[in-house]
Amino acid sequence: MNNTSAKLIVNDEPTSSELAIETRELRKVYGEGNTEVIAMQDASLSVQQGEVVALLGPSGSGKSTFLTAIGLINPPTSGQIWIGGKLVMDGPEAQTDVRAFRRKHIGFVFQKSNLIDFLNARENVQIAMELNGLSHRAAGKRAEELLESLGVGDRANHEVSMLSGGQQQRVAVARALANHPSVLLADEPTAALDSFRGRQVMELFRDVARQHGAGVIVVTHDHRTLDVFDTIYEMEDGIIRVSKSVHRSS
Amino acid sequence: MNLAFKDIRKNLGRFVITTIGIGMLLMIVMGMAGIYRGLLEDATFLINKIGADLWIVQQDTRGPFAELSRVPTSLVYRAQTVPGVESAREFVFHTIQREHRGALLRMSILGLSWPEDKGDWLPLIAGRPLRQNHFEMIADKSLGLELGETLPLGKDEYTIVGITSGMVGTGGDGMAFTTLLDSQAIQFDSPSEAIRLERAARDNRGQGSAVFLQQPQLTEQLALPASQLPAIAKPSLSAVLVTIKPGADLEGIEALIGSWQDVSVYTTAGQEDLLVQGIVDKARKQLFMFRVLLTLIAAIIMALIIYTLTLDKIYAIALLKLIGAPNRVILGMILQQALLLGGLGYAVAYTAGTQLFPKFPRRVVLTNEDLIQLAIIVFVISILSSLMGIWKALKVEPNEVLMS
Repeated sequence: MNNTSAKLIVNDEPTSSELAIETRELRKVYGEGNTEVIAMQDASLSVQQGEVVALLGPSGSGKSTFLTAIGLINPPTSGQIWIGGKLVMDGPEAQTDVRAFRRKHIGFVFQKSNLIDFLNARENVQIAMELNGLSHRAAGKRAEELLESLGVGDRANHEVSMLSGGQQQRVAVARALANHPSVLLADEPTAALDSFRGRQVMELFRDVARQHGAGVIVVTHDHRTLDVFDTIYEMEDGIIRVSKSVHRSS
Repeated sequence: MNLAFKDIRKNLGRFVITTIGIGMLLMIVMGMAGIYRGLLEDATFLINKIGADLWIVQQDTRGPFAELSRVPTSLVYRAQTVPGVESAREFVFHTIQREHRGALLRMSILGLSWPEDKGDWLPLIAGRPLRQNHFEMIADKSLGLELGETLPLGKDEYTIVGITSGMVGTGGDGMAFTTLLDSQAIQFDSPSEAIRLERAARDNRGQGSAVFLQQPQLTEQLALPASQLPAIAKPSLSAVLVTIKPGADLEGIEALIGSWQDVSVYTTAGQEDLLVQGIVDKARKQLFMFRVLLTLIAAIIMALIIYTLTLDKIYAIALLKLIGAPNRVILGMILQQALLLGGLGYAVAYTAGTQLFPKFPRRVVLTNEDLIQLAIIVFVISILSSLMGIWKALKVEPNEVLMS
C-alpha cells in the first residue's frame, strides 16, 4: 500500500451546501428512576455534504450513543434526526424503514475492520451492493474498482484474515462507500492502526467526502490527524460543543 | 451472492464432517425401516412363493410359521375329496441348528412333496431341482453351502444340487429344500442308542400284551422307526396345502374344511395377516419406536449444529443487519444451510446404506415409500432445526457489532 493510492481527492472544499445530516436536541436516557442514566442530551449538529467532522470526547461521554443514533441503530429517547433533508427519526419513532434506509444512505466504518469473515475482500464490498439491488456482476465489477481505487485491488480475492489491519480498514471503507451513501459514520477507525496508516484512513474520509459529497462524522481520540477535519466537535457528559471549525462553522 | 455457500466454503471441513455424522444417523433411521420391511418380506416371502390357496393346520394353531403345528398324513387325502379342490400336498417345515465346518449352521428346512414337487418353482441361481427322492438338497446361498458339497444331517448325508437366492424362512434363516421324507428324517432323527432303547421298551411292553401274544408277527412291526408306525407315531406334517380349481368357491371350501373339528384353515392372505400381526408386529412397533427416537435425536443434533453454526457467525449476522440486509437474506442463509445439511445427510445416508445394508446378516429392504417418507421427515426436521438458529439471528441487534 502506498500513500498516493489512497487519495481520491478531487476538491479541497465541500461540494454542496445542502445538509447531509442534521440532529435536533437528541436525548438518550437509559434506565429509569434511580437507575436512570442520561447518555446524551440536547445533542444538535449539522453536517453539510462533503464536510468531514470529528467528534472528540472522553470515554463515556456519549459519542458512540450519538453515532449509533444517527446510524439508526439505537433510537434516541427524544429529538429529531434529518438525513438528506428527510426526517428519519422523530424521538424513538422511525419515520422510514430504517434498515432499508441504512442500506441505501449510510456507510459505517468502525474501530475493528467489521468485515464478514466468510467472504473475501471483494465479496465484502459486493454484498453491500447486491443487498441494494445491484446485479451480481455489476456489483462485483464496482467492488473491484472501489478496491483498486483504495489501493487494495490486488487483495480483492484474499480472505479477510489474510489482510493487514490497514488493508482491512480500506476494504471496510470501500464497503461503506459502495452504495454512494449520503452519510458516512466512523467510530475510532484508526484505533488499531499506526500513525501512518491512521492518517491515510482519515485523509481517505476527507477525500471521499469531497468526491462523493457525503457528510462524514468520525469519532476519534487521535489528535494527530485533526488537521484533516473541517469541523471538530467535542462531547462531554452527553453534550456536544463546537471545538474548532476550519472550513465552515456549524 | 449465496451467503450460505460462502459460509460453508469457509468452514468446509467442519461442514463435511457434520454432514457425514448426520448422514450416518439418518442411515440408521433408514436402516430401521429397512429392517422392518425385511422382516415383513422374509415373513411373507415363503408363503407367497409356495402359492397355496388354503393352509390346513392343527386346530387352534396359527400355522407352521407362527407356532408348532402337527396334522396327520391322512389329512391330505381328506382334503383331496373336497369338491373344488384341485390338489392337496404335504407341507413340512422346521428349523435346525447344527455344527458344520466348525461353525453353527442354522437353516429352515422345507419338505417338498415328491414327486409332484421337485422344486422347479424355486429361484435357482446355480445347479438344478431335485432328481431323486433321497439325499439331495437345494440350499439358499445365504447358508454359505456350495454346489456339490455334502452336508451330514442325522444319519444321512445330503448333497447340495441347487442354490437359490433370497429364500429365507420367516425368521430370516436361509432355507434348504429336501423331499418330504428326507425333511421328516432330519426332523425326527434320534440317536441310535435312543432307538435301541425304544425298541427294547416296546418289545418288553409287547411281551405283556395279549395282542402281541395272540399275533406274534406284530412284534416285527415294533422294530420300525416310530414315524413309520401309524398307530403309534404322532402326526408328522406341519400343514396341508390346498390348491383349488379355477373358478371354485374359495370361501365355501374354506368354510367346509374349517368345519372339521381337528383342523383350522387359513387362506394365504390369512396366513400372512397372522404372521404380520403376530411375529412381525412387535418387531414393527419396536423398530418404529427406535425410528421415532432416532429421528428425534437427529432433529435435536441438527438443531444444535445449526444453532452453533449460527452462533459462530452471529457477528457477521449483526454486521449484515447493520449494512441493511433484510431479514429474509439472513433467514434464507440459515434455512439454506439447514436444508443443505439435511439434504446432503440424506444423500450420505442413502449412499452408505445401499453399500452397507446388503452386508448385514438379515435382509434390509429400502422401499421407495419409506425413502420418500424419510426424505419428507428430513425436510421437516431441517426446517424445524433451523428455527432455533433463526430465532437467535432475529434477536441479535446490529449494534452488537459495535459492542464486540
